[in-house]
Amino acid sequence: MLRTTRPKRAVIALIATAGLTLSACGTTDSGDGGDNEASSGGAACDLTLAFFGPQTGPAAGLGEPIINGAQLAIDQYNEDAECEVAYEQIDSQGSPDQAPSLATEAAGNEAIIGIVGPAFSGESAAAGPIFAEAGLPTVSPSATNPALAENGWDTFHRALGNDATQGPAAAKYIQDTVGAKAVFVVDDASEYGAGLADIVKENLGDLVVDDDTIQAAQTDFSATVTKVRSSKADAVFFGGYYAEAALIVRQLRDSGYKGEFIVADGVKDPGYLDGAGDSAEGTIITCPCIPAEDPAVAEFASAYEAEFGGAPGTYAAEAYDAAQIFLDGIAEGIDNREDMLAFVNDYDAAGVTKQLSFDETGEPADVHVYAYTVKGGEIVSDQEIK
Amino acid sequence: MNFDFLFNNFAELTVTGLAFGAIYALIALGYTMVYGVLQLINFAHSEVFMYGTFAALWTTMLLVGDSSVSTMKGIGVLLLALVAAMAMSATIALVLERVAYRRLVKNNSPRLIALISAIGASFVLAELMGLRDRIAGWFGLEDDLQRYVAGARINRSMPNVLDNKQLFPIGDYQVTSIDVLVIVSAIVMMVVLDQFVRRSRLGRGIRATAQDPETAALMGVNSTRAVQMTFLLGGLMAGAAAFLYMLKIETTKFDVGFTLGVKAFTAAVLGGIGNLRGALVGGLILGVAENWGSALFGSEWRDVVAFVILVVILLFRPTGILGESLGKARA
Repeated sequence: MLRTTRPKRAVIALIATAGLTLSACGTTDSGDGGDNEASSGGAACDLTLAFFGPQTGPAAGLGEPIINGAQLAIDQYNEDAECEVAYEQIDSQGSPDQAPSLATEAAGNEAIIGIVGPAFSGESAAAGPIFAEAGLPTVSPSATNPALAENGWDTFHRALGNDATQGPAAAKYIQDTVGAKAVFVVDDASEYGAGLADIVKENLGDLVVDDDTIQAAQTDFSATVTKVRSSKADAVFFGGYYAEAALIVRQLRDSGYKGEFIVADGVKDPGYLDGAGDSAEGTIITCPCIPAEDPAVAEFASAYEAEFGGAPGTYAAEAYDAAQIFLDGIAEGIDNREDMLAFVNDYDAAGVTKQLSFDETGEPADVHVYAYTVKGGEIVSDQEIK
Repeated sequence: MNFDFLFNNFAELTVTGLAFGAIYALIALGYTMVYGVLQLINFAHSEVFMYGTFAALWTTMLLVGDSSVSTMKGIGVLLLALVAAMAMSATIALVLERVAYRRLVKNNSPRLIALISAIGASFVLAELMGLRDRIAGWFGLEDDLQRYVAGARINRSMPNVLDNKQLFPIGDYQVTSIDVLVIVSAIVMMVVLDQFVRRSRLGRGIRATAQDPETAALMGVNSTRAVQMTFLLGGLMAGAAAFLYMLKIETTKFDVGFTLGVKAFTAAVLGGIGNLRGALVGGLILGVAENWGSALFGSEWRDVVAFVILVVILLFRPTGILGESLGKARA
């Protein structure tokens, strides 16, 4: 691990073992007492980090790597920690409808000191005000809708670039690398998909020949396919999640459409390959997520693989970073949400994916967008879009 | 409103709409027949369809694997997939009748009870499919069945069996072999079913039970058998629809039945619930209307257009377009 906080933690551990805080975890009343401040260490106890996002439901595939990434960070922390940090998974099924009640429940559980999530933009919008009111800090490893940062929620942070950076990067790739002259833009009317599609449209300007909006859970896209074909577009951009993307690309290819199919991070999931089969070949996927083969995440990737028996999926590394921020805070002895929030707001350290620090709206200071492509039935990294 | 686009692509939108409408129609038959006989809306019928899609999927996965196959073998595989889908759907429909309805119908319990029973059965069936990986796990079969149970809650797709050939042009649209296959086989099956119900002894029994169960029983019709027959026929048609759906969309999921079920039920009401020919008319109209509506207003208006048409038609013809019930159909 190349974390800068490592030496500090070693010192804390040393102090702890030296017997300075023999019963740091014994009683809760020591939390408010002066000795906690005085020792400026003695990691806090009985704390819980929570994942908030889809564990089941239609987009569960996107939730799993996030759950695992945070799990890995917590496991590594617990290995040499005096008090273990508990890990709770709050399963929202990725649904904005379920998010508010679950968020209220999480806010009421005082043990929860930080949230890794919410995973999706829609549920983030629904749960955000509740977390803000409860002062419960959140770091999302995956919600990319730009508007989320503009709500004035002090508790909102994200560990990746938003669609305002991903959208222009996707548009740039379509223009410069693909060299498309006419682009058809499809979105799924979701907070994430429609928002991203609008940014891409804005950046492509006159290159956009036509657009269409589909409905989630729709399976027959013949009208959309007809529109694409009759628009004579040489590239299609789809803003949405993998379930619909797989069906759309299949039906486009079945109709004989030969143009490029460009999608964003919501499609970067093995479920896309299962659903689309051979039709997925050649799909271009943009993502503000670091490729698993990038040297910066090599150590993380091998630890992840050893633990979960597979290469880290989309946003696993970002989730690891998000959890790490909270764990660093806990290691410093923070045991309440107020201090944790201040800690996260001022955080500035190297994570595995990027230098992690946030501006006052919760956006990360350091942002990268990468292009991936589907080759031989696998999603492989192509290049960083600069 | 994009009239230019609609007119320039009229043929394509109509043909693809008809193809999907034909699938709606086949599913709608199950709703309409059960309603005709029992005055009961079988909400679990969408799951009967969903199990059919998986039977077709598993059969092709089993027989084809990942390699491509010759045309002759491909046709053989598809025929087997059709048989498997129809058998699976029919079995599920019969089980459903036995477990969720028979006692309720026999005890003359209120219709609402049967409706709740149907909704419950629908959830149970869908979740059983959605949890198939864990169920296989209980029996220690998850490794043997890995290919079939993996990704229980996400889209699973068919291996490519037959290439979709472009057959002949209508306007500037090349009609594909799948479009033709779907529309023609749906219509053939509807005609066969219609004739069966009108002319055969069993069909007469079904119609008699639909008209007046008690008198039919007095005349020697075994009403339990007639109800069973109704579910069987509805299941067979749903299985055929499932097979055609898998040919066209090639992808299925444990909850795929929900939206399609609502649409097919709409098609049945549109054509006149309880009326076999109405199901065909309703399905085709719904399929085409959805496509035209998507073309005119954008795909996000698809359902709005479909349901506005339903409301408008019901305003003027409260019993649907053809409006005749199964029982009153001419012999």
